[in-house]
Amino acid sequence: METVRAFLRHPSGMIGLVLLLVVVVVAIIAPMVFPVSPWEMVGAPFTPPGEDGLWLGGDTLGRDVAAGVAYGARVSLLIGIASALAAMAIGVVIGAISGYFGGKVDLVLMRMTELFQTIPAFVLAILLVATFNPSLLTIILTIGAVSWPPLARLTRAEFLRLRHREFVEAALCQGERTWRIVLGHILPNAISPILVVTSLTVATAILLESALSFMGLGDPNLMSWGFMIGAGRTVIRNAWWMSVFPGLAILLTVLAINLFGEGLSDVLNPRVSRRRS
Amino acid sequence: MNRREFTKAMLACGAAIPFGITRAAGQTRGGTLNTIIQPEPPVLVTALNQQQPTLTLGGKIYEGLLKYGADLKPMPGMAQSWEISPDGLTYTFKLFPGITFHDGKPMTSEDVVFSCMKLLVETHPRARQNFSRVASAEAPDPLTVVFKLKQPFAPFIGCFDCTSAPIVPKHIYDGTDYRKNPKNDKAIGTGPFKLKEWVRGSHVHLVRHDGYYLKDQPYLDEIVYRVIPDAASRALALENGTVQLVQWSDVEFYDVQRFKAQKNLEFTTKGYEYFAPHQWLEMNNRIAPMNDKRFRQAVMHLIDREAFSKRVYFGNAKVATGPISSKTRFYDPNVKRYEFSVDKAKALLDDMGLKPGANGKRAEIKYIVPPYGESYQRAGEFFRQSFARVGIDLVLVGTDMAGWAEKVGNWDYEMTQNLLYQLGDPALGVARTYISSNIKKGILFSNTQGYSNPEVDKLFDEAAITLDAARRQELYSKVQQILVEDVPVAWTLEIEYPIIYDKAFKNIVTTGIGSHETFGSVYKS
Repeated sequence: METVRAFLRHPSGMIGLVLLLVVVVVAIIAPMVFPVSPWEMVGAPFTPPGEDGLWLGGDTLGRDVAAGVAYGARVSLLIGIASALAAMAIGVVIGAISGYFGGKVDLVLMRMTELFQTIPAFVLAILLVATFNPSLLTIILTIGAVSWPPLARLTRAEFLRLRHREFVEAALCQGERTWRIVLGHILPNAISPILVVTSLTVATAILLESALSFMGLGDPNLMSWGFMIGAGRTVIRNAWWMSVFPGLAILLTVLAINLFGEGLSDVLNPRVSRRRS
Repeated sequence: MNRREFTKAMLACGAAIPFGITRAAGQTRGGTLNTIIQPEPPVLVTALNQQQPTLTLGGKIYEGLLKYGADLKPMPGMAQSWEISPDGLTYTFKLFPGITFHDGKPMTSEDVVFSCMKLLVETHPRARQNFSRVASAEAPDPLTVVFKLKQPFAPFIGCFDCTSAPIVPKHIYDGTDYRKNPKNDKAIGTGPFKLKEWVRGSHVHLVRHDGYYLKDQPYLDEIVYRVIPDAASRALALENGTVQLVQWSDVEFYDVQRFKAQKNLEFTTKGYEYFAPHQWLEMNNRIAPMNDKRFRQAVMHLIDREAFSKRVYFGNAKVATGPISSKTRFYDPNVKRYEFSVDKAKALLDDMGLKPGANGKRAEIKYIVPPYGESYQRAGEFFRQSFARVGIDLVLVGTDMAGWAEKVGNWDYEMTQNLLYQLGDPALGVARTYISSNIKKGILFSNTQGYSNPEVDKLFDEAAITLDAARRQELYSKVQQILVEDVPVAWTLEIEYPIIYDKAFKNIVTTGIGSHETFGSVYKS
């Protein structure tokens, strides 16, 4: 409760939360506001914003940009959250094993993590998506697969820190099983920085998905912001609205998540907070 | 007007007078044409590679015996005259005297026989089909070539342009591994322009071939083909005059409209008659529900092809009515018409028993998006919306070029989009898609959808060996009626690629081959 109250007093964190809620609400009500599919060609091609009942204009095929932005919110949030969770799952398991057991296991797992860290995430993502045909599932798994190393390293550091604390030693002495110690004692104490980094991973995941879609490597059946920018990019000189509005949507969403994540970080880890209050 | 301006104006007048006289006398010599080659070709020898960029550029370097006008009738190329025996079996070509290759050696009938009968049949799939019909080819004297066919083949006279039968030097290629010949880099042909330098990734520089056999030609001094991979940069280059000519898909369809309005530029869709690019939605006829004629007819009703042309191709296309393009010979407009009607499509689908399920869906079909750029992507999206209207889910699947060729060639697809050239005669460009003898696994641009109808086979076969044009029209009209009824593929559009060029250049489009032509007669005014 104390944490929630602290967060409510955190100005930039609250701005982030409000913006994020707006995006979530848009994503939820999209089908009610725009009952027709965002792929439906409802107006004339190149309709400027405000004309023909298209608030944000029409794209090259005459599809409603506003509907696309609204439905794109669903895709971006879904892919962002799902792939951040996937990254968290991989990262926490590897980091926990590595940090808890140490020794050779740690050595092997950390070298593997470093291997992944040396490959630029976006290049690896392109490679993976191009190899497995782009679809919702492969994109989520791909983004998860390239985003887990920071989470693994963080989890490992937290586990190393907590591994030899008294309460863990006490649990060990009582003969508790390893999985109970890991899940019951260490993880709850390590979870707050992991949550913060995971929330920030959502933002990078959204950016990655947009970049992939922009390059035409998104799921061709999903209307996503990156896809809209990629499709509108070529005509940006004649029709700025096709790429600007989805671009703004990405900007706002990623900004919101970052503000929210930082607020979360300040509230959950007051001692390492960058806020001087 | 101050004094300096006045002097300038006077000088300009003075300059204009002699200039006007030369112009009146005929084409002026000199000048450089800058244009675009996109994408950069792997090789410039058109005998070895027949992709569009290779043909566009190589057309200046390599020539054929004939050219074809916009009406697809033969015109003199390197052959100044030709004769066909009444039985349609013997073709005699008389070459222009004094033709030389770029290395200075004379071009003779021996080179023609070698190119057609030895090299091209190995390296040029289309030429292999054509010249496999030849029983013997002879060179009785240096300026005469005689082809004797095994049986009559009416479109044989249409097989000699620079894209179908480019002539290469025998003294360079005979007895070598054609594809690995070190002289391929030099690209030695007989055309009005020869290769000066090719800086990979930057440009290909062609200069005047001084020994060219036609008097005074070529008029231009040089042609520079620039490699500009980015579509927006290509459009910009045309807009600001860095290049003075664009062809095929150099400029994307959405930009074409803009250039139509630019005053110093000339816009035309002529010069593609020989190719007449014909586009369709391809359906694998082997798989349900595409194996049912009623389903395929429903597809024809489902796609609003007028809107398709307008929205995806920005109006640079004409609705196709059947297998033969209206720009090609033997086109017959009197066939069944499939107007845009969702109700008719629904009725046909209901009739065949493909009724909506509990979720309102009739079927789910995978559609492979050809990886050839944005308009193909947009087309896929357009089709998906069209099919959604009757409850058919079209699932778009992205792939790369190799993947698309592999899947379509090996019949491992449900639906995709395809575009083929008509090549001036239905026997050359149309029959290949529908005759059952051309159902060949692993080969692209064959009868990949697996349509088979003995009557269609018979009609196409007979029309190919018939010489009388009226009788051929009869046969092709019949075949068009049958095909339009059966809908082996859903014809969508005749794509009208533009040629846009600076008005200062004349004679850019003189034949049905357009920008692939030699450009010997192009001049700058």
